[in-house]
Amino acid sequence: MSAPENPPASPDPTDAAAVAAALELALAAVAGAADLDELKAARLAHAGEKSPLALANRAIGALPKAEKAAAGKTVGAARSRLGAAIAERQSALEAERDARVLVTEAVDVSLPYDRRPRGARQPISVMIQQVSDIFVGMGWEIAEGPELEAEWYNFDALNFPPDHPARDLQDTFYVADVGDGVVREDTRMVLRTHTSPVQARSMLRREPPIYVLCPGRTFRTDELDATHTPVFHQFEGLAVDRHLTMAHLKGTLDHFARQVFGPESRTRLRPHFFPFTEPSAEMDVWFPDKKGGAGWVEWGGCGMVDPNVLIACGLDPQEWSGFAFGMGVERTLQFSRSIPDMRDLVDGDVRFTTRMATPEGQVSI
Amino acid sequence: MRAPLSWLREYAALPEGLTPEQISDMFVSIGFEIEDVYLPEPTIGPLVVGRVSAIEELTEFKKPIRFCVVEVGPGNGAADTADEAADGAAGAGPAIPADSRGIICGATNFVVGDLVVVALPGTELPGGFTIGSRMTYGRLSDGMICASDEVGVGTDHDGIIVLGHGELPGISVGDDARSLIGTDDPVFDVSVETDRGYALSIRGLARELAIGFGVDYTDPAGGELRAVDAESVDTAYPVRIDDPSGCSRFVAVGVTGADLWAPSPALIRRRLDAAGIRAISLAVDVTNYVMLELGQPLHAYDRAKLSGPIVVRRAEAGETLRTLDGVDRTLIGGELLITDDSGPIGLAGVMGGETTEISTASRDVVLEAAAFNPPDISRVARRQHLPSEASKRFERAVDPAIAAAAAERAAALIAEYGGGSVSAGRTDVGGVTPLPTVRMPLSEPERLAGRPYDAEVVVRRLEQVGATVRVEADEVLVTPPSWRPDLQRPADLVEEVARLESYDTIPSVLPVPPSGSGFTRRQQRLRSVAEDLAAAGLTETLSFPFVGAADLDALGIGADDVRRRLVRLANPLDAGRPFLRPSLLPGLLGVVVRNLSRGVRDLSLFEIGQVFLPRFGAPSLVDLPVDHRPTDAQLAVIDAALPDQPRRVAVVLAGDLERAGWWGAGRPGDWADAIEFGRRIAAVCGHPLRVVPVAFDPFHPGRCGELRIGDWPVGHAGELHPAVIERLGLPERTSALELNLDAIPEAAEPPAPTVSSFPPVHLDVALTVPDRVRAADLAEALAAGGGELLESVRLFDLYTGNQVAAGHRSLAFALTVRAADRTLTGSEATEVRDAAVAAAAERYGAQVRG
Repeated sequence: MSAPENPPASPDPTDAAAVAAALELALAAVAGAADLDELKAARLAHAGEKSPLALANRAIGALPKAEKAAAGKTVGAARSRLGAAIAERQSALEAERDARVLVTEAVDVSLPYDRRPRGARQPISVMIQQVSDIFVGMGWEIAEGPELEAEWYNFDALNFPPDHPARDLQDTFYVADVGDGVVREDTRMVLRTHTSPVQARSMLRREPPIYVLCPGRTFRTDELDATHTPVFHQFEGLAVDRHLTMAHLKGTLDHFARQVFGPESRTRLRPHFFPFTEPSAEMDVWFPDKKGGAGWVEWGGCGMVDPNVLIACGLDPQEWSGFAFGMGVERTLQFSRSIPDMRDLVDGDVRFTTRMATPEGQVSI
Repeated sequence: MRAPLSWLREYAALPEGLTPEQISDMFVSIGFEIEDVYLPEPTIGPLVVGRVSAIEELTEFKKPIRFCVVEVGPGNGAADTADEAADGAAGAGPAIPADSRGIICGATNFVVGDLVVVALPGTELPGGFTIGSRMTYGRLSDGMICASDEVGVGTDHDGIIVLGHGELPGISVGDDARSLIGTDDPVFDVSVETDRGYALSIRGLARELAIGFGVDYTDPAGGELRAVDAESVDTAYPVRIDDPSGCSRFVAVGVTGADLWAPSPALIRRRLDAAGIRAISLAVDVTNYVMLELGQPLHAYDRAKLSGPIVVRRAEAGETLRTLDGVDRTLIGGELLITDDSGPIGLAGVMGGETTEISTASRDVVLEAAAFNPPDISRVARRQHLPSEASKRFERAVDPAIAAAAAERAAALIAEYGGGSVSAGRTDVGGVTPLPTVRMPLSEPERLAGRPYDAEVVVRRLEQVGATVRVEADEVLVTPPSWRPDLQRPADLVEEVARLESYDTIPSVLPVPPSGSGFTRRQQRLRSVAEDLAAAGLTETLSFPFVGAADLDALGIGADDVRRRLVRLANPLDAGRPFLRPSLLPGLLGVVVRNLSRGVRDLSLFEIGQVFLPRFGAPSLVDLPVDHRPTDAQLAVIDAALPDQPRRVAVVLAGDLERAGWWGAGRPGDWADAIEFGRRIAAVCGHPLRVVPVAFDPFHPGRCGELRIGDWPVGHAGELHPAVIERLGLPERTSALELNLDAIPEAAEPPAPTVSSFPPVHLDVALTVPDRVRAADLAEALAAGGGELLESVRLFDLYTGNQVAAGHRSLAFALTVRAADRTLTGSEATEVRDAAVAAAAERYGAQVRG
């Protein structure tokens, strides 16, 4: 229904019946508006400035004082009723339109939008980061050192005797030429075989008490295969303080294990030998998610810092004691993430790296 | 060290009924890792001792095949069993006597009269293989003569088990062979740490087990030594030690008139086999047997081949020696040698020489039991690539106090099984120096282990490991036993107490460190950079730091480029890559190439890692002390001598950075993306980045930017040189970035900006300039000209073509003009724009394009 061509003349504001009739007419027009355009036309015709009710309202001003109140009440009520009707119809029609139009705008939200997919951190870096967070959370600090290291830091300061087999060319990468083109036998430089030289660096550069974690890259002359890599990573922990004991070492390792492997995890120590700790121990961790059932897994080495190491670093073994531990990052990843082949961690195949971060199905959606 | 349980039980009174698991667990708990436990699967059925009574060589086959007649005892012979197959095939060979069996065998290490192990038909071997009577090689084989691996007691399949020859005491033909070959005897493969040489012996391991289980222990070297005639003390054989620093003691005992080549008794053979040592001859087997039992390596010399006294001395350079393995060895000088008048006859503690080797004809033997200086032995063994059972023990220190007992034990065994008589005298040169006494407060174990130990426990545990302990007030004075030179300091003694009381009894206490200061700003920044690059679509790699000349050639790095100054390894794994990387790019591009070869087409990678840059005029490293703290100056020399190892970040963009899809085409990463990653990294570090054109390998000379923080170059980014792309087979326009993170200074936090709430006026301006004018410079000129009211300048379009003069281009900038304190009028904004343009015109001749 369209708006009437010629709107009826304005009712007399004092004539309640006429006002009611105008209102009826207006309400019918509003109710009859089939869409928002028709409603707009009806609104202009019946509630606009020139509409009968508006004109009636305006005419009130000219009435005698005594009639003004009654007329104002009549016309006002009618206009307010009309306004409410228009608003109601407006929202009804808008909802109707939305329902219709938005349906036609629907899209397939299952469409992939991997236009610029997220990359990924290397799993080794991620683990180093997680472990660093655990220790920083305990109040420890993170210490670093060079990968190409003086033999003194890598071996001598750590109580390796001069003839220790680990110093063999079959285990340790030695430097033949420091870059001046001259090959020497006694450069006394090695690619560090463990992160332990950072222990010595920390003790020499910091004042005790010292609580540091040293994550980093290490090197041994192993050919790359499913379980060995010549370039790998370790985290090394060192604490030097008054009154530190193996009980504190155990407490630290247990906490570490729970953070990494869950609340049921714990560690156990088995006597062992390392040049730089005495007493020394191998450490096993209880791994609840072990393949084939929860069980102990070899995790690393640890012990009380050997008195000779403290002495070489200028600390009095009677005054200070300390503990140290170290474990392989790749090894930890291998058992905790069930990675059968070490080469997957070193090859840099992006399919491996990205899927280690986010699982991905066959279908890239 | 492989130790059969039966042997350990001879000296440790272990309770019956211990399972192999319980024993393994005990070993582990007191500090000995168990590599493996060999527990033979049972052999079910008749496994008996047999004696070979006839051997017929069947020669018509490609390999040696023997048909043997073997006595197997009353009631075990073929005639005693109602075996139809045997009846049917009786004509195929010689008649088999009663109590005997005819058996086909492929091994040849036995002779008529040898005692062997026979699996009679019906025997089920480990693995479920059942022995039957069957026709093979044209004969009826009525059982099997066993090799050790077939009955699960060893790995040796080279020959069959020979228990002995002729008559042996306590063994009869037809006896059950199981206990003789040890199918009921588990063997523990114990891993022994370098500081515990004493445990490379039954003597040492039995002692440890006895302590662990708290049972009695008998020292196999602890008996009374044979009394020797005082007159003939030196008569076993003359020996002189010329180098007491290398050899502290040398004992020699002789046996004369013995059959040194006789086969050793079954028990010795079996125990050698369990230890992985091949039986050779009585003399050699006995020396090995005593070594396993006591830990003292022994050497047997054929006395007839010795000339003059045995002298222990250092080698001179160029001396040669042919060792028992037949290898001629040239000495560099200083090696510890055993010599006689003929020259070197043995590499001391490592391997004997061929000239004095025991042969089948040998009758008289001189046995050596010596104590050598461990580093001397390990040096030689390593230099000669000759790890031996002897050197393995001497490297870890051998108990010098048991030399005489070991030599005597070996001599007695040879005399017992080979006949002959032990020399009246015993040569014993040098001696045993007692180990220094260690003084330890009784509280020390608690101080280091973190739980109390009673004084009584400390004393008892130290006495159990063999030490002499005296308590003095609140201290113990501990004299270690001769086999424990590793016990030198209180900490060493604490380990003994703590391990024997079990590490499991130590409580778990989390220490409370003083408050730390968290990650350093550089550590935080490094993590932020890596996270940002990954979030922006790059995948992190960690490539190996080894490079070769060919890798640098591929990048087109010139021969005189400073990056050819490289740190070279003495022992690279790959001879083609002996250098440490001067740049991350070779390794990262290697990962790109590997991925491409695996079918990945689009790669956006980054790596963060150290590079190795030689320093000009670096000092040499010298030995520093370890018995006190080196001086700061000495430590500074180390840092100055080590090559610079800055941490860098590198990016490679190969192929599409944005993928193709339903939305349209993909977009390859290019030089602009590479530089943009540089800006992102700098921004994460809190710095704006300046980019200046530069020609730098391996980049495209016209598409490379030097990245600068302030005026400092920190790296390069751009498109790789087309020749590099071609050589490496990379996608077209592959682009890269490398910058030195350590060179980016820590940024101060910028002052808080004032943000105006008044409305801006947006004005665009297009400027035509000669091509050589760089966009960044032009933008800076506009900014300078516009002054404070010019809030921002942003390039939004570039144009070259017909509409501008040749050699020129048009750059369109969006200017935002705004005041901090008022709404600008249109004319004020126009004035700002005009001032900006005027500056650009003045500096670069820029003209407003209509």
